[in-house]
Order: sequence, then structure tokens, then C-alpha cells
Amino acid sequence: MNKTLWFYQVTLTIVVAMCLRILPLSHTLELFNPDWVLLALIYWSLVLPERVGIFYAWAVGLLTDELTGQLFGQHALAYSLAIYACLKLHKRLRQYSLLQQGFFIFCCLLLSQLLFFFIKNLHQSVQLSSDFWLPLLTGTACWPLVYTALRFLRSAEQANIDHR
Amino acid sequence: MAVIASCALLVTEHRSSQLNALRMALSYLVDPLKYAVDLPSAVMHRASESLGSYAALIKENADLRDEQLVRQTQLLKLDALEKENVRLRALLENSFKLGEQVLIAELLSINTAPYEHILVVNKGTNFGVHPHQPVLDANGVVGQVFRTLPLTSEIMLITDLNHAIPVQINRNGLLTIAVGSGQLNQLNLPFLPSNADIRPGDLLITSGLGGTFPQGYPVATVDEFTSQPNKPFANITATPKSLLDRNRELMIVWSHSAPVPLISKPNTAEPVINTPTPTPALPPANE
Repeated sequence: MNKTLWFYQVTLTIVVAMCLRILPLSHTLELFNPDWVLLALIYWSLVLPERVGIFYAWAVGLLTDELTGQLFGQHALAYSLAIYACLKLHKRLRQYSLLQQGFFIFCCLLLSQLLFFFIKNLHQSVQLSSDFWLPLLTGTACWPLVYTALRFLRSAEQANIDHR
Repeated sequence: MAVIASCALLVTEHRSSQLNALRMALSYLVDPLKYAVDLPSAVMHRASESLGSYAALIKENADLRDEQLVRQTQLLKLDALEKENVRLRALLENSFKLGEQVLIAELLSINTAPYEHILVVNKGTNFGVHPHQPVLDANGVVGQVFRTLPLTSEIMLITDLNHAIPVQINRNGLLTIAVGSGQLNQLNLPFLPSNADIRPGDLLITSGLGGTFPQGYPVATVDEFTSQPNKPFANITATPKSLLDRNRELMIVWSHSAPVPLISKPNTAEPVINTPTPTPALPPANE
């Protein structure tokens, strides 16, 4: 793949994911809004493990912290840990079916959500209801969607290059 | 290494405010996104305004003019009352804080953290906004500025779990503290003894203690409650006066820290008292 093209592609999808993350929704839908940024990051780390590494995830996490006004470093920490797991297992994960991948995605999202939970509890008084864990389920449910959409994007791009 | 770096960031941010410069720099990258996400709803808002029919606009205009007339006459009276108040306070040899400047900020309709009551508005340090400034709307206190970035700032609502506001009961001046409940339509009053003189429907106003909120703005009305004499503290809730989830325009307030001089210097006191009505003006020069 082209040297700079991958960067534009990845950054564009991350930006779209960030927009989805802060999309204004009705109060009930808001609770279901999954962590789109992490889903996009996981996809790219599986497809381009040599490009989208831990540092990239860390930088994106820092920007997400800024975007959502959270304590600095919490998204960075969660994302870099999740992407570390993805990079370790990417060869195996590519062979898995979507269902098996879904289980792994669930674990990644659970890890990041648990970290948010601990950090939130450490520094402020928050009464978190069980709704706090809903994005985990919707995130896992959205994974096939993200996967097929991004793969479609990539294959379209590839076909475009071949055509030229 | 990334783990260590993020842990270090977490600790430093929690302990101190040294990372503000980094936040400011990063916000230039991220804030355009906030505006981009807000764009559709802003366009809808603008469109519904410009597509309103001519007759409806004329009617609204007339209504507003009537309302302005009524308010104006009330203000005339307020002017006299305020002068009287200053005179009376001068008799008590007490200085009086008066006159505030406000800046109208528009809400960016984005959703950052679903479990915190934090809003993002489109005025930041480029307009001189600074943390801990009170934020009001037409009906009462909304919250305070929590964090400022160059292009946007975050506002913590009075109903946030981490927020508390010093209030007093308008009827008898009883002082207490209203703590956020985490629900948009409820404040808790946890520090009142069960025999406190408080009734359902009482108006809570800001007491001015603590220095963040200026005195005398309405905050909430006390809800119905049943007294429980067997408990040391009463379990009382209140409903915020401001429409916390229905507003698009908010007012950020600068209160003048210099007190108005006593009546012994009437010439200098006069011009300050003549401009008590807050006008949507630019931030004061000393900010």
C-alpha cells in the first residue's frame, strides 16, 4: 500500500469515529453509544499491525481525552493496552470468524471500560448505574458493521489503485 | 512505555494544573470537530428561524416589544430600589457589590460524557472566559465554568454529582448548601436539620458565600417533602429554576470585584449605580 495513503485513510476513519463518539443523541440512545474510536483502532491494528501501533493508539487516546474532557491519559492508557493485545494476537485473530473476533472485541472493550471505571472512581464521586456497561454490548454488536464497512472502504481503495 | 506515560499524565493532571498548556494546544486540533458535529443542529435551528412565516414573526415581535415594555417599567423601579439599598447599606457602613457584565454563549450540542452533567459552549479564553465563572440563564443559575480552552469551554451544571452551591432560603435567609443529585431535575439539600424552617415551594437563591456565585440569583424551588422527626437530617430535594436541558443560549457572568463606594462619596457612586442592568457586552478589560 502507498506510504502516505494509509495514514490519510486511518486518520479519516478515526476522525469519523470521534464525530460519532460525541454525536448528540437522545438521552436513552446516548447510553448505548459504543466506543467507536476503539473499534476503528482495533480494525486498523489488525489490518496494518506494522503501521498502527501502540504509539498511534496512545496519541489517538490523548486526543479522545481532550475531546471528551476527561482526565488526561485515561483513554490513552486504555487504548494502548487494548491495541497491545490486538498486536500480540493479530495473526490468530485474522483467521477467526466474525463471531470469534466478536468475543475478543468484547474483552478489549471490557478492559478499557474497566479502566475508565477505576479511574472515575478514584478521582470523583460518580454513581454509576449498570447502564455504564451497555456500550460494551452495543460495541460488540457493532463490530461486524465496523469490520465490513472498513473492509469495503479498503477494498474500494485498493481496486481504485489497481485500476490506475 | 505508553502505559507509564499515561499513568504519569493521569497523576500529574489529578494533582496539578501543569498540563493546561498541553490541553490548550491539543484543543486546537480537536475543537473543530466539536463545531463540525454541532453544525447540523445549528443549521436546523437557523433554518427553523428563517423559515418562520411573516405573520408569526410579526406576532413574536409584538409580544417581545410588550414584554420589553413591562420589564423596562419594572427596571425603573429596580433602579430606585437599588439606590435605596445602597443608601441603607451606607447607614450600616456596609459596602455593596453591584453590577455584573455578561457574555452570551451558545451551546454546542455534543455529548461528551453521559454520566457527567457537563456542557460545551462556543466561547473560550479568546473571549476572556476563565474557570469558576458563574453561568446563568433567564430563569436562574445554570452552573459554573469548569474548564476553558481557546475556542470552547466546559460548564458544569449545578445538578452534577460533584457540584455544590451555597444557597439561602429567600423567605427567611436560612443558609445551606445544595448538592447536585446526578439527575437534571433535582438538587439535594443534605445539610438541613429535620426541624429547619423550610417549606415546600420555598425559593432558594444564591447566598454569595464562597465567592463564586454572586448573591441573589434564583437557584431552585423546594419540592414536596415529608418531615421525618426521628432522623437528625431532613431529606429534602429541590427543582432547579433554570431549564437545564432546554436552553441553547447561556450567560457567562463577570461580577465586578470592586465594591461600590459608600454614600459619603456620592459623586463617584452615581455613575456606577446608573448602569446596574447587565448588557450583553464584551468582557471587561481587566480580564
